[in-house]
Amino acid sequence: MRTLRPYLPVLVLGVLLALAPLFVTSNVVLNFLVFTLTVALAAQGWNLLGGFGGQFSFGHAAFFGTGAYASAIWQMQLGFDAWTGFVAGTLAGALAGLVIGFLSFRAGLRGSYFALVTLAFAEVFRVLANSSEVTGGAAGLLLPLKIGAENLQFADRATFLGFVVALVIVVLLLVQWIRGSRFGAQLVALRENEEAARALGVDVLVVKLKAICLSGAITAAAGVLYLQYFLFIDSGIAYGTWISVEVLLAAIVGGLGTVLGPVVGALALHGVGELAKSLAGGLPGIDLAVYGAVLVVAVAFLPGGLVGIVRRRDRPRPVRDAAPVEGEA
Amino acid sequence: MLTVDNVTMRFGGLTAVNDASMQVKAGSITGLIGPNGAGKTTLFTIVSGFLKPTAGKVAFEGETITGVAAHRLAERGIGRTFQIVKPFAGLSVLENIVVGAFLRHPRRPDAERLAAAVAEKVGLGDRLDAPASSLTVAGRKRLELARALATEPRLLLLDEVLAGLNPSEVRDILPVIRSLRDDGITILMIEHVMQAVVSLCDEVFVLAQGAIIARGTPAEVVADQKVIEAYLGHGAAARLKGGEAADA
Amino acid sequence: MYSADIIIEALLNGLLTGAIYALVALGLTLVYGVLHIINFAHGALLAAAMFAVLFVNQILGLDPYVQIPLLAVIFFGLGYGLQRLVIGPASHGRDENILLVTLGLSIIIENLLLAGFGSDTRSLNTDYSFAVFEVGPYLLGQARVFGAAGALATAALLWLFLSRSDTGKAIRAVAREKIGASLQGISVGHVYAVTFGLGCACLAVAACLLLPTFYVNPRIGSAYVLVAFTIVVLGGMGSIVGAMLGGLIIGVVESMSGLFLGESLGQIGIFLIFILALLFKPTGLFGAKA
Ligand SMILES: Nc1ncnc2c1ncn2[C@@H]1O[C@H](COP(=O)(O)OP(=O)(O)O)[C@@H](O)[C@H]1O
Ligand SMILES: [Mg+2]
Repeated sequence: MRTLRPYLPVLVLGVLLALAPLFVTSNVVLNFLVFTLTVALAAQGWNLLGGFGGQFSFGHAAFFGTGAYASAIWQMQLGFDAWTGFVAGTLAGALAGLVIGFLSFRAGLRGSYFALVTLAFAEVFRVLANSSEVTGGAAGLLLPLKIGAENLQFADRATFLGFVVALVIVVLLLVQWIRGSRFGAQLVALRENEEAARALGVDVLVVKLKAICLSGAITAAAGVLYLQYFLFIDSGIAYGTWISVEVLLAAIVGGLGTVLGPVVGALALHGVGELAKSLAGGLPGIDLAVYGAVLVVAVAFLPGGLVGIVRRRDRPRPVRDAAPVEGEA
Repeated sequence: MLTVDNVTMRFGGLTAVNDASMQVKAGSITGLIGPNGAGKTTLFTIVSGFLKPTAGKVAFEGETITGVAAHRLAERGIGRTFQIVKPFAGLSVLENIVVGAFLRHPRRPDAERLAAAVAEKVGLGDRLDAPASSLTVAGRKRLELARALATEPRLLLLDEVLAGLNPSEVRDILPVIRSLRDDGITILMIEHVMQAVVSLCDEVFVLAQGAIIARGTPAEVVADQKVIEAYLGHGAAARLKGGEAADA
Repeated sequence: MYSADIIIEALLNGLLTGAIYALVALGLTLVYGVLHIINFAHGALLAAAMFAVLFVNQILGLDPYVQIPLLAVIFFGLGYGLQRLVIGPASHGRDENILLVTLGLSIIIENLLLAGFGSDTRSLNTDYSFAVFEVGPYLLGQARVFGAAGALATAALLWLFLSRSDTGKAIRAVAREKIGASLQGISVGHVYAVTFGLGCACLAVAACLLLPTFYVNPRIGSAYVLVAFTIVVLGGMGSIVGAMLGGLIIGVVESMSGLFLGESLGQIGIFLIFILALLFKPTGLFGAKA
């Protein structure tokens, strides 16, 4: 049973989440959960690359938006169904990851430079989506309302929430599995020290590319969920900086490089955001200002995120510069 | 097993390695010594695929490997340690070694088993769950060694694994290195601790200012006039001789 | 398609705008060159400065140009405090952390502006806002000409300050060799904060120069921050001369791609340059060290 034990926390969280659609009836709470878990899913994608791999992206909107637009175009322009659209959107995210990753990692971009280049890619996508015909230009795309499970549109919110929860659990299990796998170990190793990883036979470029493809796919899947739930996207929603920021925030606040961190982080963050909104009496932007403050505080005081408070040893935080041993002779 | 042919490495105007040639015989422990800044680490960096030499050729088991990427060379059986240790500081000792073990054992249970065995061998068996960042200097050196060993190399490049250790730590680790050769691993080691070089090495190459200036058994090399001068400065050999004569 | 006159006029206007962009980028590259950090809050701080100009104008009725000394001092103090009290301590000296902390700051600033001033786009009209100079057949906005002149003058002043004053010499010493400088008794923490303060003061000046012709809203910072990054990367991270030249180039690129690609697609030129520069020429066009 040694091999199943690591999955226990994921399963416990999964059961808790799965109870929600059964007992929650308030539309407000259902909306909150669907949206928050969609962000959590996208954040788990970010976390795979940023948390486990140490490659901080500031432009995950590029994947979220690609998933949403690809699926919308698949359905509206090409006339296919929503389920294959889900797959198409997810694959499109992986492809976007491959392209962005190949260009940036091959050029050796790391740290802040990688963050900035991803941001620029997302912005390029946004401008293109905003001015091209097939994406509906500035007006965006409105997915026709066709209620029915075969169209991935559900009559009631609880069913949709159930679908989102199922997807979140599958992805959490996947990430937990990756964590223990060779790929996961190599990914963490290159985060900690690329040279040492290479000396141990890690093909740094290939591992990074795998990570960004998977990351892009997961975040794109969240984009498709967004589309199917709200039935509308435009360039500012799909490729806007808001989602790039939310996913990195959720992962960092929840716990970088942990399996449960993004879900915990997204729930905590949106909880605090709602609280702030209701306290501030509808002043615009106050929830986001709180997010910004939470980010600063988390970086300053919570290196392991919320999950790190509970389980100190779970979080292998990247530590640069281990104590100096001796000068280069 | 390893042949370095006329390798030169220039950084801008600085020639770190100058037309160096050396051979490492299969099954041997070969030493590479020389004063600080001689270019030893640079030569390792080239042999292990992290740098492409400006000129020259490196061959491993008869095949040219000049310019082959580092991770490919690790796959082909060249392991290395870093003079400035590079632990995966956020990971446990076991997890550090597992990364190396995964190279030839794709399944985690196998990789963990190998990693634990290697840890035992280098004397980290009781620190498996400790964070790598909590290790002492000696512990980190052992970890470097363990990670490289976990890739199951046929040729192991050790860059000053004894530097910074106290004499009793050195004494503890010497038998470990000797036992590696008995396991069939060929070793090329950069070392400043002469006692270790003398007791371990079958053959020694001496690098000074980027060039190989001497080769031979440890005893031959230590007595070599050029070597003494390289370490102690011009005329040192003569002065030493003079001193000995006066003593006699 | 377009007459030569239209293109030349766009070129001239692009150069003028570019000079002000250069000033914005100057603050960013100065901070990078000395602290070796990427200040993601740079755009949001510019937006804050622009709102400050509006605010002071409404309260005291001061012309934007007259506000320059006042706002430069205020923003210097603000920048000094931010670096000393927030960015420095919160980021534990790690590169990615600094990026995250300054991202957090930019989110806070942007949304506080939104909460305080609402999401409306505003502008500040002066009597020279719409006046033009006629140079031969070309019409150049007066405010742009003043803005460009002010930006170049500020850059020259900064250059003098860095090369002549004791503080400037300390800053350059820290930029070259942090440890060496601290051994000479220079307080690195203080120099960092002064540099960050200077970067913010550049923004305040830029805000005063921008407002007579450019509009502002709380979200404007994210547009400027990418423009500034593009300029800095193009000119070579940390290079002041590079930032000036990069600013001019980007001003022209923006004006040209606006002319040929239209308002909405026009922005793409800058982003593409940014990506290409990062991918293929991370040391900058002028070969400065990355
Ligand atoms: N990447 C590099 N760039 C520039 N100079 C280097 C680089 N690596 C090593 N050197 C220089 O090459 C010379 C040899 O260094 P090294 O190989 O580390 O010597 P050793 O290991 O024998 O002490 C030194 O002068 C060092 O400064
Ligand atoms: Mg060395």
